[in-house]
Amino acid sequence: MQTQFVIFIFLALATLVGAASVALSRNIFWSAMGLLSSLVGVGGMYVLLSADFIAITQVLVYIGGVLVLIIFAVMLTSHIQDINVSNRSMGLAGGFLVFWVVATLLCFVALWTPWKITVVPPVEGTTAAIGNGLLGKWLLPFEIASVVLVATMVGAIVVARKEVKE
Amino acid sequence: MALTLNHFLVIGALLFGFGLLAVVTRRNAVAVLMGIELILNAANLNLVAFGRYVAGNISGQVFSLFVIVLAAAEAAVGLAIILAIYQMLRNIDTSQATTLKE
Repeated sequence: MQTQFVIFIFLALATLVGAASVALSRNIFWSAMGLLSSLVGVGGMYVLLSADFIAITQVLVYIGGVLVLIIFAVMLTSHIQDINVSNRSMGLAGGFLVFWVVATLLCFVALWTPWKITVVPPVEGTTAAIGNGLLGKWLLPFEIASVVLVATMVGAIVVARKEVKE
Repeated sequence: MALTLNHFLVIGALLFGFGLLAVVTRRNAVAVLMGIELILNAANLNLVAFGRYVAGNISGQVFSLFVIVLAAAEAAVGLAIILAIYQMLRNIDTSQATTLKE
């Protein structure tokens, strides 16, 4: 149990430092690296929460897909040598005010609400249960998600391609 | 010291706060997208934590799986829009993309 807590502290540090650098770093590429650290940290927390399949999906989809897409966009849109130009922040004081209000409020709600804690199941693999659920109880949302993905793919291609002038 | 629901909820709250900070203060549209990813991650963390400690079944995990799918879709469309804006305006400053205004 002690080891688990030490690992949790480590993951929490990675997550929050990464998130802070996403929000505050001057260099957009360091922001992307901070996002990587943050996503890895959250993935580790999924393992601590006995969500092994979600953790693997996090690594595959977020780190393998979304983060690579974001780094592509960073490379394609910002000149890497004058990197400071396109990463200015505005209204940092107001932003911090929003941050403190929202974070304090959420922490307060999270800590003071009497949650109905159930008997916590032991840490075990949940992949088989998720597979059965996706093909049984959650079949309709699963199929709709595939339609959404097709629409997204077509939409992204249509938006991003260059216009062909006749 | 054992892990409880509150640990994960506090991390989720701070993650949401940083994501909101990035969305509110950043001018670079890619950085705004990164902030949105942080917010979605915070929501996912809360879903999985509630699924384990309150619901006691896998419904939270399935829900977060669908959130991950939609987040990937959102990132793809968002980055396509950013590339289109870049081709048109040669920058991705969110305060410059105002051609829809008039």
